[in-house]
Amino acid sequence: MRETAAERWARRVVLSLLTAFTVTPLYVMITSAAKPLRDVQGAFTWLPSRPSAQAFIDMWSTVPLGRYLVNSLVVSGVAALISVAIAIFAAFAVSRYRFRGRQIFTVTALSTQMFPGILFLLPLFLIYVNLGNATGIALYASRTGLIITYLTFSLPFSIWMLVGYFDSIPRGLDEAAQVDGAGPLRTLFRVILPTAVPGVVAVTVYAFMTAWGEVLFASVMTNETSRTLAVGLQGYSTQYNVYWNQVMAASLVVSVPVVAGFLMLQRYFVAGLTAGAVK
Amino acid sequence: MTTTTAPARRQRPSLPYLLLLPAIVFELLVHVVPMVVGVWMSLLELTQFQIRDWSTAPFVGLDNYRTALDVNGAAGEELLHSFWVTVLYTVASVGLSWVFGLAAGVFLQRPFAGRALLRTLFLTPYALPVYAAVITWTFIFQRDTGLLNHVLTATGAVDDPPFWLIGGNSFWALLVVSVWRSWPFAFLCIMAGLQNVPAEMYEAAAIDGAGFWRRLKDVTLPMLRPVNQVLILVLFLWTFNDFNTPFVLFGGSAPDQADLISIHIYRSSFITWNFGQGSAMSVALLLFLLLVTAAYLLVTNRRRENA
Repeated sequence: MRETAAERWARRVVLSLLTAFTVTPLYVMITSAAKPLRDVQGAFTWLPSRPSAQAFIDMWSTVPLGRYLVNSLVVSGVAALISVAIAIFAAFAVSRYRFRGRQIFTVTALSTQMFPGILFLLPLFLIYVNLGNATGIALYASRTGLIITYLTFSLPFSIWMLVGYFDSIPRGLDEAAQVDGAGPLRTLFRVILPTAVPGVVAVTVYAFMTAWGEVLFASVMTNETSRTLAVGLQGYSTQYNVYWNQVMAASLVVSVPVVAGFLMLQRYFVAGLTAGAVK
Repeated sequence: MTTTTAPARRQRPSLPYLLLLPAIVFELLVHVVPMVVGVWMSLLELTQFQIRDWSTAPFVGLDNYRTALDVNGAAGEELLHSFWVTVLYTVASVGLSWVFGLAAGVFLQRPFAGRALLRTLFLTPYALPVYAAVITWTFIFQRDTGLLNHVLTATGAVDDPPFWLIGGNSFWALLVVSVWRSWPFAFLCIMAGLQNVPAEMYEAAAIDGAGFWRRLKDVTLPMLRPVNQVLILVLFLWTFNDFNTPFVLFGGSAPDQADLISIHIYRSSFITWNFGQGSAMSVALLLFLLLVTAAYLLVTNRRRENA
């Protein structure tokens, strides 16, 4: 099928506009991070008057960015690992067994995704505060409380995506393992997981991204010590000044690893999404 | 213990439940229990004085709902305003995101130089952490130092640089950021859906003399229907519940014209410390979303059966 001249031009125009739209903030982020403070406080310029890496040095001392970074890494990392571990078992059950309540489980888990976060926030806040007062277990304003919250955020979607990957692995492999005398768990660890590695990695990155980008719970459920990047970046605005070059530098630093991880694994995301959505 | 070698799945019918147990425990802990507590909270008069020990909060029945939803009262009037702002925001954002995603998907179907690069580039906003992306937009929208006003004044489009983050313009600022963040997800899903369209269908349509729009209407859109059904529902729910974008763009209290419902509830709860009323609003919001979702699924499934 040939592309007509009109179609070619339409394609060029549309894709150029979308590219400009997509790129503008990325461009602003990168160039502003390389600007001296004087540049970002005056009228906008397309390029730094004198490119400088100073913002990347100053950003660590203007706010305790190192601490926020560690908090975010611990919270998102632990939440992602536990959530994927739990999801692997659940997805195995849903994909390989027919049991009563299977449908109800998947539908209920997925529908929690549609509920407004604010609905869970108020009660969780109260439960954490009251539990702390009653038992001394510090969940409010602690990393543990945030980890527990986050691991369930990505759980339903992780299960959904993993079921898609597991379903695509032929049952013949399971049966062969069973003939060799392998029990269900052995089958899961020796046959299914090794085959699904790219999918499991993609789901882990997804779970990590979910926690890394969460703002609502992070802003209510943390204090100065447990604060994550989501809230911490707002510290660059003081009453008198906004250190835009440092905000942009810090944004760049917290974005690059996640974006790189996602882009490397995007193929498997698409596979997981289609497996779930087209069913 | 028996030593028979019968298939494992016959031996232990409880196994699937054991495998699900951790998932169920955590779901109960963070989703189901809070939801029950949330409904209970909505029936209490719960202000900052009862927060420490909310078992002493007086039970007020449906009073919170009456106050929150009474459109003749101040609270209800504000909630209704937020509701309409959110509806407008959601319809516009989901619509534009879908159109952009479809356009990118359709125009990237055909191989050309730079296609893989554009595909990757278009997905980048989806991967960028919300706060980093929205903070950058905040900078772009600054009145005196931002890129947008720089371009507008340099091209002579405006004489007096407008404010973008306060007043009526804030709605448009919010919408732009929202579309920027969500259209890549639409693109991702539509791209995945388009991979399932056999090339012969386009060939056949072309032989029949179908032009661009006919092919879009008669081949692409019907083939995308299952993907679109899920995609639009998911985008709708995300956008309607969106808290991150307005919160990072405006802080805890958004301008009136961009006062989304999630921010509104957040403010009633954590700034005016009226948790009972905040919970009532949350529960009402949930019921509304459940109704819309049920209606949507009913309509789309019926259409699929008729097709």
